[in-house]
Amino acid sequence: MKLALLADVHANLEALEACLEHAAEQGATEVAFLGDLVGYGADPAAVLALVMARAEAGAVVVRGNHDAAVVASGAETMNKSAEAVVDWTRQQLAPPELAFLSGLPLVAKRDGICFVHASADRPADWTYLHDAVDAARSIGAARADWVFSGHVHQQALYHQAPAGHALAFKPVPGVVIPVPTRRPWLAVVGSVGQPRDGNTAACYALFDAGRATLTFHRVPYDWSVAAAKVRAAGLPEYLADRLERGE
Amino acid sequence: MSSNLQSGDVVDGFTLGERLHGGGMGIIFRATPPPGRADLDFPLIIKVPRLGPGEPSETVVTYEVEVMVHGSLSGPHVPRFVAAGDLAVHPYLVMEYVPGRSLKEWVGKGPRPVEEVARLGAALARAVHALHLQEVVHLDLKPANVIVREDGEVVLIDFGLAHHAHFPDLLAEEFRHPMGSGPYISPEQVLGVRRDSRSDVFAIGAILYELVTATYPFGAPTSQRGLRHRLWQLPISPRRLVPECPEWLQEVILRCLEAQAVDRYASAAQVAVDLTHGEQVTVGERGRRLRRPGLGTLLKRWIMATGYEPSPLDRPSQQLATASIVLAAVATQHRNEQRFQVLREVVKRLLVSDPDRRLTCVTVIPVASELAGGREEEAGTARRIRHLVRLRNWAEPLGLPPERLSYHVIESGDPAGALLEYARVNQVDHLVIGAPPADVPMKGTFVSTRVAAEAPCSVTVVRSRAGGKDG
Repeated sequence: MKLALLADVHANLEALEACLEHAAEQGATEVAFLGDLVGYGADPAAVLALVMARAEAGAVVVRGNHDAAVVASGAETMNKSAEAVVDWTRQQLAPPELAFLSGLPLVAKRDGICFVHASADRPADWTYLHDAVDAARSIGAARADWVFSGHVHQQALYHQAPAGHALAFKPVPGVVIPVPTRRPWLAVVGSVGQPRDGNTAACYALFDAGRATLTFHRVPYDWSVAAAKVRAAGLPEYLADRLERGE
Repeated sequence: MSSNLQSGDVVDGFTLGERLHGGGMGIIFRATPPPGRADLDFPLIIKVPRLGPGEPSETVVTYEVEVMVHGSLSGPHVPRFVAAGDLAVHPYLVMEYVPGRSLKEWVGKGPRPVEEVARLGAALARAVHALHLQEVVHLDLKPANVIVREDGEVVLIDFGLAHHAHFPDLLAEEFRHPMGSGPYISPEQVLGVRRDSRSDVFAIGAILYELVTATYPFGAPTSQRGLRHRLWQLPISPRRLVPECPEWLQEVILRCLEAQAVDRYASAAQVAVDLTHGEQVTVGERGRRLRRPGLGTLLKRWIMATGYEPSPLDRPSQQLATASIVLAAVATQHRNEQRFQVLREVVKRLLVSDPDRRLTCVTVIPVASELAGGREEEAGTARRIRHLVRLRNWAEPLGLPPERLSYHVIESGDPAGALLEYARVNQVDHLVIGAPPADVPMKGTFVSTRVAAEAPCSVTVVRSRAGGKDG
């Protein structure tokens, strides 16, 4: 079974479609969404329509902080412009879509895998996994062979050493990495809809459960279309600039 | 369960045959493939690690590392990887059986002849380079892990301690004591650095030293303290132990064994080139040294070693990119200063960026008269020298130090074939060749056309601008 892991789509339809197409070419038969389906981008309704259809077919979807903010009463944890985007997003969504976001779980577990947007350790706190110390905490709380998450927009892979601490690794895109189960692994798969490492290409990862391998991918997509939609929607200019620079 | 396996047992469809080896780490049997695997038409072996209660956890991890790394490797210098068992069920590795002799058969039997050491060492260095090009550092090179095929080429085995730059390192920080074999591991490995391809260059040096002198350069320590000696101690000069060892060979060996990786050869391919062309090695103090320095110098080295910082490094492939070998094909037969100049400019641009990059200047001249006999032979030598002088003259304006340069005059009736063969054997990374002049009529295939089409590396075909009279 090949499972495509998609995090931080952020309402970027062009990036999502490019990743799904790439994953299908690579033989992916299943897909999991690791939170932050909306926020920042101009296509929340179209992205949700796509994700809801996949969820209907059995795809795992977990909640991200932006998803939570859209359906929460107040978005007090966000900065002002993010808050404006949250309000705008809420207006774009119909009741069934809002209900779908409300119903998303914080954590999902299946076949030895823990799916979570941020850290499996107190997931509602939306802790960023910045380093091996944060990763070790999430691994410790998840109690799974593999933890797949997003939130941090850069791709990273961690594994637990026998002494209990975690070791960080910066993956090279396209390399099939063995992730054998004798120790727990944690992968941050990178952002589909808002890459922030200076490379405009969308990020996702592909997990091969039968072989226990993980491949991080970068997929170029037409960001000019996504950026134009952000501007046309009247969303803050810097959100369009970010897509053009991948920052 | 693993230690109970015997001939005739079937593991995941593979039938165990004759037991070949039963070492500390595991047992090796010949194996036959499951029915229906017609693709496995070569002899196989199955390696079953000793895992289970009482075995150190290190063995389990080295098995996992071996599966990860060996499974990623290909090419003529590693046994073809066939299958691996699930660690939880049947840990095993199936791979190609490589016929040949272990390099162990050459060591421990007194000093070996220089030609043999150079030939074996160059084959070993080529195999190691092929590994580095695939982002893998072996980190456990020793005669027991080197198989010499009948044709003289080397195959490397046992990747249990290897490091792959594109995979998380399961052995990093895992075990406190240094891993590897005392006589061969590099100073930086002693300190826990596991990703420097020049660690393998050090091991090549230790193996060469052993072949030449029949002793280890730094003994066979097992304690951390004993292993640390190589951070400051200098080995006894090979020429002091074996006076027949030429200065150039000692230069090569001691350069491989430098305490700081940055002072060693930057790539194994460069070691292979020097071992193949001993007469062109620039011999310095290292090659001439007969006795170790006095107490004062040693004390200084010892103090320096207390603050030893491993050399900075890149990923193996990046390290090799800066240490690449550039081949300039100079048509000394057809002297044309303007074309020489254009070729030199391109070569110069390739060389300025990295001080570790080396230049090999090659010319191919027709085979001298087949008639044997004193006079023709003399004339042939004079002819080779004439072309050597032209090569040297071509390279002089580049102002390269001699250790970054070598010259080769090849006699062959097939210039393209000779250049391709040279590039392959010497693991050339970039070949620069002139395009045929515009006024030469097309007769068959041009040398540059065939070289560009068939070379195992990048090729730059240099052409003067149209008209070309203004050069």
